[in-house]
Amino acid sequence: MEFLSDIASLINSTLRISTPLVFAAMAGIFAERSGVIDFSLEGKMLMAAFVAAVGSYFLGNPWLGLLLAIIACVSLSMLHGFASVTYKGDQVVSCVAINILIIGLTTALAAAWFGQAGLTPTLNEDQRFLEVNLPFAESLRDVPIIGTIYSDILSGHYIFVYLAYLSVPLVFWVVFKTSFGLRLRAVGENPSAVDTAGINVFAMRYKALAINGVLIAFAGAHLSTAVNANFFREMSAGRGYLALAAMIFGKWHPKTALVACLLFGFTDALQIRLQGVELPAVGEIPVQLIQAIPYVLTVVLLAGFVGKAIAPNAIGQPYIKER
Amino acid sequence: MAPVDKSKVPWWASNLIVPLVNLTLALLVSGLFIFIAGENPYEAVRLIIYGSFGYIEGFAYTLYYTTNFVFTGLAFAVAFHCRLFNIGGEGQAYIGGLGVFLVAINFSFLPVPIVWLLSIAGAVVFGAAWAFIPAYLQATRGSHVVITTIMFNFIAASLMVFLLVDVIRDTAQMGPHTVALPKEQWFPSFKDFAGLLGIKIRYSPLNISFLLAILASVFVWFLVWKTRWGYEMRAVGHNTQAAIYAGISPYKNIIIAMCISGGLAGLLGVNEILGVHHKIVAGFPAGYGFTGIAVALMGRNHPIGIFPAAFLFGILYQGGSEVTFDMPNITRYMFVAVQGVIILFSGALENLFRPQIESFFVNRLNIKASA
Repeated sequence: MEFLSDIASLINSTLRISTPLVFAAMAGIFAERSGVIDFSLEGKMLMAAFVAAVGSYFLGNPWLGLLLAIIACVSLSMLHGFASVTYKGDQVVSCVAINILIIGLTTALAAAWFGQAGLTPTLNEDQRFLEVNLPFAESLRDVPIIGTIYSDILSGHYIFVYLAYLSVPLVFWVVFKTSFGLRLRAVGENPSAVDTAGINVFAMRYKALAINGVLIAFAGAHLSTAVNANFFREMSAGRGYLALAAMIFGKWHPKTALVACLLFGFTDALQIRLQGVELPAVGEIPVQLIQAIPYVLTVVLLAGFVGKAIAPNAIGQPYIKER
Repeated sequence: MAPVDKSKVPWWASNLIVPLVNLTLALLVSGLFIFIAGENPYEAVRLIIYGSFGYIEGFAYTLYYTTNFVFTGLAFAVAFHCRLFNIGGEGQAYIGGLGVFLVAINFSFLPVPIVWLLSIAGAVVFGAAWAFIPAYLQATRGSHVVITTIMFNFIAASLMVFLLVDVIRDTAQMGPHTVALPKEQWFPSFKDFAGLLGIKIRYSPLNISFLLAILASVFVWFLVWKTRWGYEMRAVGHNTQAAIYAGISPYKNIIIAMCISGGLAGLLGVNEILGVHHKIVAGFPAGYGFTGIAVALMGRNHPIGIFPAAFLFGILYQGGSEVTFDMPNITRYMFVAVQGVIILFSGALENLFRPQIESFFVNRLNIKASA
């Protein structure tokens, strides 16, 4: 039974840890399918975490914090679009600028407003999201297997966890089953053909970036108003990049990207578990090396299994309308 | 707006006026941030100028920061000429510092100037090695170099903390740092030179690495614009397909460009370890690697531009620390945000006013010519 509950808690934390990655990967799919590179997922996630925590602290309601985070992230996406779609600047440079700007700005403003080194005040129970217990979770707990799965693995997560996994089929449906999705993908593959068909390439890319901003805001709010009760400096800790790697590994496809996100989440959950544990033969692995595992895995995944990942054809290229 | 005939644009309009306009915009936005943080931007500017020029030690600090930014700026620029975004300067500098220290401590029986040369070589080799894996993966597997170099920053940080805590820590001390190098190996500092001339000044970290930064700039200029390899590398960056038809291997050039870039970033370790700390301190690259991106983009990826850009960031860093001293609401992270704004305006949004400015000057020259 000990072993079973270990597995259950490992799966439970995998689902929780993968949540921001899933949102970010879905956000990345929208931007990149439309032909706009988005390395700024990292910066936007950090911005969302900051705005959600600060907004919720002042307004006393985590939903309002989330709303502000969405507004902030959509604005950043629009900035990225302004630089790289309208003004045809370099998309990667634009992303790097946003990431560095946000790392600096969030920490500097947290220090200026709250006087603590890059920390926002701790949120109370009314100001943050709490775990959701699914119906009958308590009464079903003692039923073998089903009880473990339902009560220990599926129940008791933050609302964002459920939303993240619901977003995957939704994104799949939008991108692959609607005419909007068809246009979106076409804009990323062959923008001039889409333009010929009378569709506004720029407007499509801006729409994709707007959706991208909404989705990534959830990832940030999850970090600062659900899992943690405050914002702290650089709390996104590379998750935006991990999600991007997951998306590339998943070949810009929601379902496979989800699998990659879960793999990252599982490694991270395992990494936390392994800290301070004596392993047979190797002994205790130093904590710094264990913490590097998700980053090493990212490199390995990008290198080994993807082979040549086939990106949307027009990715990274500003569209220049013929005169 | 009709496109401007590029050949008619005077060089100073596109290489001087446009960057200055972008920089001005960036500084205006930065002033707004300082205002939001609850301080007076005008007063901040005054403090920045005083802190970086107002007294001799302050100016020496400015040049010390300049040294670091020249190294990381050149590092980013070299890779960028091959259209590679080496965001990993931070990690490469960290590992480069390891190279400096290991060489200096293990070859301390050799004469000091030889140890210095070997240590510099150690910095370059270690930095280049840390850039090699992302370069190799980009060239052979198409793994995007931005993601892999960022991951290598995280991995370098973990690895170095591991080494500093468990392997090469000075066990006599508490902090995560190594033992100090023997005193005769320390780079002569600006204070030492001033002392030779009979001028007594207080401590500043400026040391002869500044000369190394000048040498590195000349080296990069020569390499990128005056050698066959530099030409090949720029050809790959400009148009990979055309380069392949011309018989140039993108594979080879990607790897060489990244390794030289990593080696230049590694030189930061020379300044920090031989010149300043005389030991490895946890987290010594302190964001200089990222600032190098802003420096290179502002300097239009040319050593002649990178040097003044690095100096400008030196002013911002040194003056900025004066600001954080006097203004309780401003922390050094405010100047990280300023870097982001500068990258945005001089990198991503560089086309914001370029067409207007260029056509303005072209029209003026036309009027003059016809008059």
